[in-house]
Amino acid sequence: MLTYSLTELSGLLKSRKISSVELTQSYLDRIHQLNPAINAYISTNPEISLNQAKQADSRIAHGMSEPLTGIPVAQKDIFCAEGWTTTCGSKMLSNFISPYDAHIIEKFNQTGAVLLGRTNMDEFAMGSSNETSYFGVVHNPWDLEAVPGGSSGGSAAAVAAGMAPAATGTDTGGSIRQPAALCGITGIKPTYGLVSRFGMIAYASSLDQAGPMARTAEDCALLLNIMAGFDPRDSTSVNRQKEDYTADLNRPLTGLKVGLPKEYFTDGLNPEIAKCIEMSCDILRKEGAILHEISLPNSPIAIPAYYVLASAEASSNLERYDGVRYGYRSPSYHDLTDMYKKTRAEGFGAEVKRRIMIGTYVLSAGYYDAYYIKAQKLRRLIANDFSNAFKEIDVILGPTSPQPAFNIGERNNDPVSMYLSDIYTIAVNLAGLPGLSLPAGFSGQGRPIGIQLIGNYFNEARLLNIAHRYQQVTDWHTRRPAL
Amino acid sequence: MEWEVVIGLEVHAQLATRSKIFSGAATAYGAAPNTQACAIDIALPGVLPVLNREAVQYALRFGLAIGAKINPKSIFARKNYFYPDLPKGYQISQYELPIVAEGKLIIDTSQGEKTIRITRAHLEEDAGKSLHEDFHGKTGIDLNRAGTPLLEIVSEPDMRSAEEAVAYAKTLHTLVRYLEICDGNMQEGSFRCDANVSVRPKGQAEYGTRCEIKNLNSFRFLERAIEFETSRQIDLIESGNKIIQETRLYDSERDETRSMRSKEEANDYRYFPDPDLLPLVIDPSWIDKIHQSLPELPYAKRKRYVEKLGLTIYDASVLTTSKALANWFEATLNALEDQMKDPKLCANWIMGEVSGRLNRDSKDISECPIQPESLAQLLKRIKDGTISGNTAKEIFDTMWSGEEEPDAIIEKKGLKQISDNQALETIIEQILAGNDEQIAQYRAGKDRVLSFFVGQVMKATQGRANPAQVNEILRKKMAP
Repeated sequence: MLTYSLTELSGLLKSRKISSVELTQSYLDRIHQLNPAINAYISTNPEISLNQAKQADSRIAHGMSEPLTGIPVAQKDIFCAEGWTTTCGSKMLSNFISPYDAHIIEKFNQTGAVLLGRTNMDEFAMGSSNETSYFGVVHNPWDLEAVPGGSSGGSAAAVAAGMAPAATGTDTGGSIRQPAALCGITGIKPTYGLVSRFGMIAYASSLDQAGPMARTAEDCALLLNIMAGFDPRDSTSVNRQKEDYTADLNRPLTGLKVGLPKEYFTDGLNPEIAKCIEMSCDILRKEGAILHEISLPNSPIAIPAYYVLASAEASSNLERYDGVRYGYRSPSYHDLTDMYKKTRAEGFGAEVKRRIMIGTYVLSAGYYDAYYIKAQKLRRLIANDFSNAFKEIDVILGPTSPQPAFNIGERNNDPVSMYLSDIYTIAVNLAGLPGLSLPAGFSGQGRPIGIQLIGNYFNEARLLNIAHRYQQVTDWHTRRPAL
Repeated sequence: MEWEVVIGLEVHAQLATRSKIFSGAATAYGAAPNTQACAIDIALPGVLPVLNREAVQYALRFGLAIGAKINPKSIFARKNYFYPDLPKGYQISQYELPIVAEGKLIIDTSQGEKTIRITRAHLEEDAGKSLHEDFHGKTGIDLNRAGTPLLEIVSEPDMRSAEEAVAYAKTLHTLVRYLEICDGNMQEGSFRCDANVSVRPKGQAEYGTRCEIKNLNSFRFLERAIEFETSRQIDLIESGNKIIQETRLYDSERDETRSMRSKEEANDYRYFPDPDLLPLVIDPSWIDKIHQSLPELPYAKRKRYVEKLGLTIYDASVLTTSKALANWFEATLNALEDQMKDPKLCANWIMGEVSGRLNRDSKDISECPIQPESLAQLLKRIKDGTISGNTAKEIFDTMWSGEEEPDAIIEKKGLKQISDNQALETIIEQILAGNDEQIAQYRAGKDRVLSFFVGQVMKATQGRANPAQVNEILRKKMAP
């Protein structure tokens, strides 16, 4: 049961071969068994989950089920969910019980999905290894010594370890795609504005986007059907016709024009990953795709532009955590300023503080033009690179991450090398494009390798279609870690 | 040395929308603390702002009313600072690109009309309130006001006296109420002024160093604070000191300004465009629609009253201080037939009898117990000679305390003026009969005697005799 896809589970639930309560309970048991070693979850609440499962069963019994009714879904601890602690991986919110539901939580509730638990994450989604969580490091199910990637490392590990059939993530600079790659699962960051950010705790508002993480592209399509859609509560949410992302999954790839950015294939790329991409190219060619080399000349400036803009927005977004209204407050202080200082010094971890410092600096009088304005201009150049490329091609293929999963602790004292983990994913966020990572092999060490597909705005259906066709002729996504 | 004061004002007008600028919570004043603060207002994790279209419409009304440039695209920015009554740790405001730019306002001063340039007007949200009393050394936070829409209206430093500053503030105050975008209630903080004040030797082109005075919530405080600040600055300079650029607070109890923080202590607000809000793009057709819906503005109205209705500037100014009063005046005038229209008579009655009684009863024109149509009917009876002015005042008293119409009161109380020559002659003959001596005095040239007889006639008729006719008959009868 723990290895079935969402489509299979949905069929079993609908035909009442299994109940949602049984399914949910077996996942809860699995979590109970494996979480001490993997630490994918920050919290579970079996009472709430099983109650939702019971309601889903009755809905199915009444013939009112939808594809995800009764399916347990793990939710990244960044989405506010009424009655659940929503910590964002931080001590600052370790005691915060949300009084309201995020837009996507509402959507999952409405369709009768079961909230299985809250997955671990880098603190405030800042990190690429899931080592910055206040709730401890997440271990990669393929190798407990390795990181799962981040910031949605808990969600990726949970799905890879069979501790959830599907999960949600958020992606500001690669936080869905990079952990998906490092854990051997499929994840898609949709076009900015496709999924409402309402109730999703902000890291960098102009870059943050929620998306699904699951074993297969087909499962991601089912999840995206629930998550995508206009929400008037998010002014950056795009009002457009709803799509069925499962409709075109089997569309042939004949004539598909795939671009390979030459800037992505340099010495910085791990040769094992380069080889996986080569093999993937062959597969796509066999499916009828035409491959071209393309150029994204401004790729090297993505990381500096990102760390200026994301940190600037983060420094402002995190100002609300001041100990006044909710969340952590230092137990001892002598005046207001002291309360602010101690609360924030004790409540935030080192990486969050580092980014608040960077962000505060780049927005300061006298530095704003040199950093923030400059970075905005670079962002425009990067977006132009992509729009030029998409005049010639339909989709871009490249690596998701420059390396397979690295070891826990390996990059702790080297933030720059950590930041380079997102070198292939960050530009996609800066441009607001959709990007998908799917499993495409393993390293010699047995750690998963992912490849990335980047599409034009709102081309999620095409990305899922390509990934699905790929997964029809490969089996990387069906491999399971030995646990 | 002769000094000149230079003043620029920043006015925060609270926009009278029902809900807040970025959330659906109510804006009503005076609710129990924190009962009008929703998840967005208290800045829970994950919440997002959504702009209130009505607040934008109000800003546009204002912009069009001052002949300003409306920026087709304006940007909301975050002004970052920590304070407990600022839940997000930043205020959403407009910084580089405000919605309204470059307008002007004409004010009336003792030297005549003067144009004050308005640099900009931008939309922003208000903060909550910190309550320092009754919490035993702690501070209470009330977030009801957090997120209330404000229009910050910034003038150029075009005013040269406290009088001009007050005239500008009052003109603005009248305007925002005419536009129905702000209730103008200064006690509740709906209309607040900050004044930038500097002095310079008369004739010098450069401005002196300015101080910003905060917390001016009445026209009188505005005037007092500027006067105090002007003399403080002149005294400092004359005694060889320099003005330090700083923010000062006006203390109305001690009638002085004192330093809050210097420029060096000022926050670096780290403004940047709010990524949660898209640029505000204004459709030109929307501007046209709003333009067409603008009411006649106070300045145009006043001009019309003087030029078309022949009122004095003073009367026109008084009647246009509020739209409600002007509407009342016009309704009265319009209820009179053309040959009976007498703007001056209407103005006198409204500014005299009506306003006097409203003041006495602490009532607003909207609460006036008499309808304009009823006053018009009363005035008509003066014009057509049915009653005298004095009798009209008596009737007005009755109208004020009851609901009866003037004609019914005239009828019931028999107050109709006696304009029948025959009847008046009979009465006058009876009175003259026993007063030969006075008649002789009149004929000897003592005009005062005429008034004596008029008085007697009025007494005999309980004031109902038509005074003009009485005069005429008396003169005729006493003629030598």
